[in-house]
Amino acid sequence: MNSSTLAESPKPKVPTVGTKIASQIKNNGALWAFFLLLVINILITPNFLQIQTLYVNLTQVATVAIVAIGMTLVIASGGIDLSVGALMALAGTVAPMIFLSDFGVANPELGLFVAIVVAISAAGIAGLFNGFLISKYKIQPIIATLILFISGRGIAQVLTNGELQTFDNPSFEFIGTGRVFGVPVQAWITLVLALSIAWVLKRSIYGRFLLAVGGNEKAAELAGVPATKVKLMTYMVCGLLAGIAGIITTAINSASDANQTGQLMELDAISAAIVGGVLLTGGRLPSLVRF
Amino acid sequence: MNHSYPTEAQQGASLSSTLSNDGDLVLHMKGIHKHFAGVPALSDAELKIKAGEVHAIIGQNGAGKSTLIKVLNGAHKHDEGDIYFMGEEVSYASPHKAQMAGISTIFQEVNLIGYRSITENICLGHEPKRFGMVDWRKAHAHARETLARFGLELDVEQPLSTFNIAIQQLVAIARAVALDARIVIMDEPTSSLDEREKEVLFRVIKELKASGVAILYVSHHLDELFQICDEITVMRDGKTVGQRAIGDMTKLDMVAAMLGKDPEEIARGGATNFASTGRASDQVLLSVENLEGAGALKNVSFDLYKSEILGLAGLLGSGRSEVARAIFGLDSDLKKGEVFLEGEKMDFTDPMAAIEKGFGFCSEDRKEDGIIPQLSVRENLTLVLLPKISKYGLIDESKERQLVTDFIQRLGIKTASMEQPISQLSGGNQQKVLLARWLVTNPNILILDEPTRGIDVGAKGEIQSLIRRLADDGLTVLMISSEFEELVEGADRVIVLQDGHSIQALANDQLTENAIMKAIAQETRHPVA
Amino acid sequence: MNILSMMSNLSGMKRKRNTSKQAEGVLVALMLITLFASLRYDAFLSEYNIMTFLSYNSMFILIGLGMCFVIMTGGIDLSVGSVVALSSVVVAHASPYGIEVALPVGILVGVLAGAINAFVITKLKIVPFIATLAMMLGARGMALVLSDNQSVQVSWDSNFTQFGLGKMFDFIPWPIVAMLVAFVFCWILLEKFAFGRHVLSIGGNEEASKLMGLEVNKTLFGVYILSGALAGLSGVMLASGFGAGQPLEGLGWELSAIAAVVVGGTLLTGGLGSITSTLLGAILLGLIFNILNFENGLGTISFSAYWQSVIRGGFLLVVVVIQAKVINSKMRRTEF
Repeated sequence: MNSSTLAESPKPKVPTVGTKIASQIKNNGALWAFFLLLVINILITPNFLQIQTLYVNLTQVATVAIVAIGMTLVIASGGIDLSVGALMALAGTVAPMIFLSDFGVANPELGLFVAIVVAISAAGIAGLFNGFLISKYKIQPIIATLILFISGRGIAQVLTNGELQTFDNPSFEFIGTGRVFGVPVQAWITLVLALSIAWVLKRSIYGRFLLAVGGNEKAAELAGVPATKVKLMTYMVCGLLAGIAGIITTAINSASDANQTGQLMELDAISAAIVGGVLLTGGRLPSLVRF
Repeated sequence: MNHSYPTEAQQGASLSSTLSNDGDLVLHMKGIHKHFAGVPALSDAELKIKAGEVHAIIGQNGAGKSTLIKVLNGAHKHDEGDIYFMGEEVSYASPHKAQMAGISTIFQEVNLIGYRSITENICLGHEPKRFGMVDWRKAHAHARETLARFGLELDVEQPLSTFNIAIQQLVAIARAVALDARIVIMDEPTSSLDEREKEVLFRVIKELKASGVAILYVSHHLDELFQICDEITVMRDGKTVGQRAIGDMTKLDMVAAMLGKDPEEIARGGATNFASTGRASDQVLLSVENLEGAGALKNVSFDLYKSEILGLAGLLGSGRSEVARAIFGLDSDLKKGEVFLEGEKMDFTDPMAAIEKGFGFCSEDRKEDGIIPQLSVRENLTLVLLPKISKYGLIDESKERQLVTDFIQRLGIKTASMEQPISQLSGGNQQKVLLARWLVTNPNILILDEPTRGIDVGAKGEIQSLIRRLADDGLTVLMISSEFEELVEGADRVIVLQDGHSIQALANDQLTENAIMKAIAQETRHPVA
Repeated sequence: MNILSMMSNLSGMKRKRNTSKQAEGVLVALMLITLFASLRYDAFLSEYNIMTFLSYNSMFILIGLGMCFVIMTGGIDLSVGSVVALSSVVVAHASPYGIEVALPVGILVGVLAGAINAFVITKLKIVPFIATLAMMLGARGMALVLSDNQSVQVSWDSNFTQFGLGKMFDFIPWPIVAMLVAFVFCWILLEKFAFGRHVLSIGGNEEASKLMGLEVNKTLFGVYILSGALAGLSGVMLASGFGAGQPLEGLGWELSAIAAVVVGGTLLTGGLGSITSTLLGAILLGLIFNILNFENGLGTISFSAYWQSVIRGGFLLVVVVIQAKVINSKMRRTEF
C-alpha cells in the first residue's frame, strides 16, 4: 500500500456555528461569571449604581486596569497573584518614606525620582520572589502569593507603624491628579502600559512563550521554552505594575495608608483580568487554573 | 478490480455460519445510525456478539469504531436502530447506567483514581456498608478475591498510582468483573503495555472468556487479534462491512477490508515503503557511553552513525525512553556516563542546551509533552524555531508564515488553516506538526519516542515514510518503538535494551522481530562492542 | 516462570501515603512549638490560656474543616469569610429568640450560601474560584444591607450569648465543644462514609469518577453545603462570643483557612487530604498569634501588632518551602 491510498480521510474538524457558540460559552464561563458578579452587586450592594459610587469607581479604574494587566499576564501563564494589593501598599508606603526623608527633602528632584524607582522596584522584587517560589520550588501560585498577601501589607504597616503618612508634594501628586492635554496623567500611564504590553504580547517571543507555558508547560519546556525565566519575568512584571498602581493611589490621596491601599485589589484585578484578558490574549487564557 | 471485501456472498456465508443461532447472542446492535451536527458517523452499523467470545472491531480512524462503542456504553445516544442486550431492547443514558446493567468499558488511558487504593477503585460507588458506613474489611476482602481470580496478589490498601499501568488496567478489569459485567469493552488495552504485560492481560481475557463474559476488543495492533480474538467485525465509513471468524482471515485480508481494497493488490504493492535501505555512513555522530542513573539506566552504550535510523528496542521499563530523555538533557540525575557529539563531550542539563547543539526530541506522549492545545498550528510549529526568527525579542512574522506554509505543504498536514488550534487536528496531523516543529530548525539528530503511537494506519504509513525520506536526506534519527515490526522495517540498526543495559546491536539480515525478541529474552548480558 | 509473580514484584514500588507523613510533620512542629512556649512562658499551659486560645480559634478551625473538604474535591471556597459575617448579622437579629432558634438559623444561612455556590458550580459550570468569588461579594453585600453598614447588637436577655461565652459543665467553652463535635463529624464523614471516599475520588479524577457512576454533582453539593454550614456556625460563634453581628468581620478568613489546609498537607489540586492535619494546621497558625502576645507580655522585645502578619507569612513560607522540597524529591521518577 502506498502512502497516498493510506492517507486518512481529510477531516479537519470544521466547527459548526452551533459548536462554536457552545464552546464560546464553555470557554468564556469567566465572562458570564463577571456578569453574575455585576448583577449580584447591583442587587445587593447598597449604592452600587449611584453617581457617587460611579465616581469612586472611575477614579479607581486606572489602578484596577494597571493591576489587571499584570494579572492577565499571570493568568495567561497558568497562575494567579493574590499579593497585588499588598504590593500596592508596599510601594505606596515606600515612596513617601523616601521623598519625606532628610535626603528627599534636601534633594527634592532626585529624591522624588529615587522614591518612585525604589518603590516600584521593591514591588518588582516582591513579584520576583513570588515567581521564584512558583517556578523554582513549584509551589502552587495561590499559596506562594498568599505568603506576600499576608506579610506584604504587614511589612508596609511595620515600616510606618500602621500610621497614615500625609504629605504635600505637588510634583508627586501630579501623577495622581494632574492632567496632560486635559486627560488625567493616570489615564495616560494606563493607556501607555496597556498598549505597549498588548503589543509585546502579540509581537514578541516573550508573549508567545507566555501563552505556550500557560497552555502546556511540560511541552513548552521540552520545546526549549525557558519556562522558569518566563514565569519569573511574568510575576515580576505583575509586581512592577502593582507598584505603579500603588504609587498612583498614594499620589491621588496625598497620603500613604498601609492599611487601606490596594485592599481587595486582587479580587477586582482578577475579575477585570478575566474579562479584559480575553481581549489581550486573543481569548487564549487557560481556563483560570482549576480552582 | 476485484470486489472490495467482503463480497456479498462471503458476507452472507459468514453471517449464516457464525450466527446460525441468534439465541446465543448476548448483544445485537442493528441498523445503528448516528449523526454529529449533520455529519453521519454511523450509518447502518451492526454488531453481534455471543457470550464468552472475544470479538474485535477493526477499522481505520473515522470508521466509526469508537462511536459505535460510545453508543453501546451510553456515552452517545443513537439516532436510529436497536440494541438488544441479553434479549432485551436497551438504550443507556450514561456509561454508568450501562456499567450497572453489565456493560463495562476499559478505556485506553486507564480511567481510575490514582491517589485512591485498589480497593476503593474496585468498590467505588458500590461499597459494602454496615450501619451506613463503609465496611472496609469486607471491601478489602472483596477486592482481594476479585484480583485472585486473575491470580494477582496485591496489597489492595495501597494507592493505585504506586502500581504500574498494566496492574492499573487489570484493576479496571477487576472493577468490571466486580460489577458482574456481561460485556467488557476494551479500547486499545495494550497500547501502553510491553510484551510481558500483554501476556498477563491476554491470560486475564481468557479467564474472563471462560467464565462466559463477552469481550469487545478494539486495537490497531492486528497481530494481537490472532492471539486472542474469535470473531472480527470490520467497519469502514460508519458501516459494518462484515463479520468473520478470525480463522478465516489473514492479516492482509484485514488490512484490505479496512481500506476497502483488494488483498492481492496490496500484496503486490508491498506493505509499506518504510523498508530499510541498509545504508548507514561510517561517521559516528553521537556516541553514548555507560549511561547510568535516571531511574532505569544501568549501563547503556551505543554509537549513532550519521544519517542512519537507529532503533531502540526493549520492554517497558528497559530504559528506552530514559535513554532518549537523558541524551536530551531532561534528566539531570544521571549518575554516570557521557554523551559525545562528534567527539565533543555534551553535558546537557536542560533541553535548551540540547536544542542549541542541533538535537530534537518528540516525546511519546503527544498530549502531555507535545502540543500546546490552545495555540494554533502556526504557533505550535514554530515554537522551537522562534529565537532564530526573532530580533531584539520580536518575531519576524512574515518569515514565520512563509516557513509554516512551506512545512504544512511539505509534510501534507491537513488543517483548515495555519491559524486553526492544533487541538482540532487529528492525531496523525498533530504528530506531523510536532515533527515539523523540529524539522524547521534543521536538526542534526532527531530523537523520536514512539512516533506512530495511537495513530491510524494511514497516517502511520505516511509518518514512517517521511522519517525514511528525512534520513535519506541526511538526518540522523534515534527511534524508539514498542512495535518490533516498526523497528525491523524502519531502522537501519537496532540496539536492544534489557533492564537498563544495552545488550545487543542488530543490523542487516540479523535484524528480525525474532532476533529482537530473542535478545530481550536472553539471560546473559554483554555490552555492545 | 511465573509471570504473575514477576508482575507483582514489578509493581512493588510502594510509597507511603503522603498525607500521613504530612500529619506527622505538622504534629512534630506543633509539639516543638508547644514545648518551646511552655518552657518560655509560665502561663502558656494554663487552663485559661488553652481555653481562650481554642475557643477563639474554633471559628477558624471550623472554616478550615469545610475548606479542607472543598479543596479535596479540587475546588476552592472563597466565600466563607463573607458567609461568617452574613451569618453573624442574621443571628444577631434572631438572638432575642434564643440560641435554640439562632443556631439553626445561622447554619441555615451557610447552607443556603453553600447550595448557591454548588448550584453555580455544577449547573452553570462556572469554576469554583469565580463562583465563590461572586458569593464572597454577594454575601458581604447582603450582610451590609441587613446591618445597615453597622454592627448589630445581640440580645443579652436571651440565652444567646451563653453559646459564645458559657461553658459546658462549667469547664469547656461551648465553642470548643461545637468545634470538637464538628471535627469528629468531619473525620467520620471522610474516613468512614462512602461520601468521604467520593470526595477524594472526585478530586483525584473527576472524569473517572463520573464514569464510575459517582454522583459528582450531588457530592459537590454536599461539600459546598458543608463548607457553608460550618461558616454559618462560625458566624453564630462570632456574634454570640463578641456580642454583635459584624458585617465587616471575616475579611481574608478564607485565605487563612486555605493556609491552614495547606499547612496541614492537603493538596490544593485535590484527591489527597486529612481532617486531622487540617485541625493541626489551623492550631499551628493560630499559635503564632498566641506566642507573639506572650512575647510582648514578657516585655523584653515589643512587637507591634503588625509584626504578626509578617511573621505569619514568614511561617507559611517556611512550611510551604519545606513541603515543596519533600514533595518535589518524592515526585521525582515516580512516574512510569
